[in-house]
Amino acid sequence: MTASTIELAVAADDRRVARYAAAAIVLTIAEAAIPSPLPGVKPGLANIVVLIVLLRHGWREAVWVSLLRVVAGSLMIGQFLAPGFFLSLAGTCASLAALAFSVRLPRAWFGPVSLSILAAFAHIAGQVLLARVWLVPHNGVFYLVPVFAASALVFGVVNGLVAAKFINDDTASAP
Amino acid sequence: MSGLPPVAPPRERGDHGALRPQAPGGIAATAWLSLLRPGDWLVALLALVLVGASFPLLWRGGPAEKAVVKRDGTVVAELPLNITKRIEVAGAMGTSVIEVSPGRARVAADPGPRQYCVKQGWLTQANAVAICAPNHVTLALVGASKSYDSLNY
Repeated sequence: MTASTIELAVAADDRRVARYAAAAIVLTIAEAAIPSPLPGVKPGLANIVVLIVLLRHGWREAVWVSLLRVVAGSLMIGQFLAPGFFLSLAGTCASLAALAFSVRLPRAWFGPVSLSILAAFAHIAGQVLLARVWLVPHNGVFYLVPVFAASALVFGVVNGLVAAKFINDDTASAP
Repeated sequence: MSGLPPVAPPRERGDHGALRPQAPGGIAATAWLSLLRPGDWLVALLALVLVGASFPLLWRGGPAEKAVVKRDGTVVAELPLNITKRIEVAGAMGTSVIEVSPGRARVAADPGPRQYCVKQGWLTQANAVAICAPNHVTLALVGASKSYDSLNY
């Protein structure tokens, strides 16, 4: 076999991003199997991974993991380039923007749960706006906002607590 | 919330071990609460207020609940919008026919010369109004809460 002339240097952080993204994709697929009463109401378990990456390795790597998760996850469940993919992408971009801002909040006061709630609300905001502009060009979409907001609050808190548990264990076990 | 599957992040070289929670799925509620910082409560509270504030959206204006038919400003009939019904209203010129079906209402026939209220077709939104001026008959849809309409406001 001829040796490839193209050498792609794989750095340690590339491997790390790949591992985290794999974990996030697994959660996305697992979640796709959970029946949902309303499209858009989902636990968003993969966001736990994104939060952990954000707090351990910073925003840049969180963006990588998050976007890889959306693209590869949608490929796995056969949603790539379907409306659901774009809704997911819009929500993810909005929540990454919210995280870029909220990760700068004083850490002693605002922990992973704050980040999670803010990201969850940004996520539904991005999704609903895209749905209003593109999929359902009618204000009727907004009647569902209370349902989305309530689920964002509940799952935002739960995911944030799980992420906080991981981060807490990190610091507890650090020498 | 302890029913959630614990996430096992990838183990990495150079990390300090103990990547898993020590007792997955089995920690007490107080341990969970200790993970919340003061600002987290604040954010959660604000989010809760936001959720509460958004709830009236579910019921606001939008879907109409009943049709109100008036002749010379006095109510002739109030029809709920969950049935199909046809009524005839005697006006100044003749008989207007009002038709109601689930979620909508219209003036089906009117003796007026220009037929504006008939041409308006089906009304579906709360506070929508069809006025048959020559015949002194109006049809209005009313929602759960009475908000302003374009005529009175």
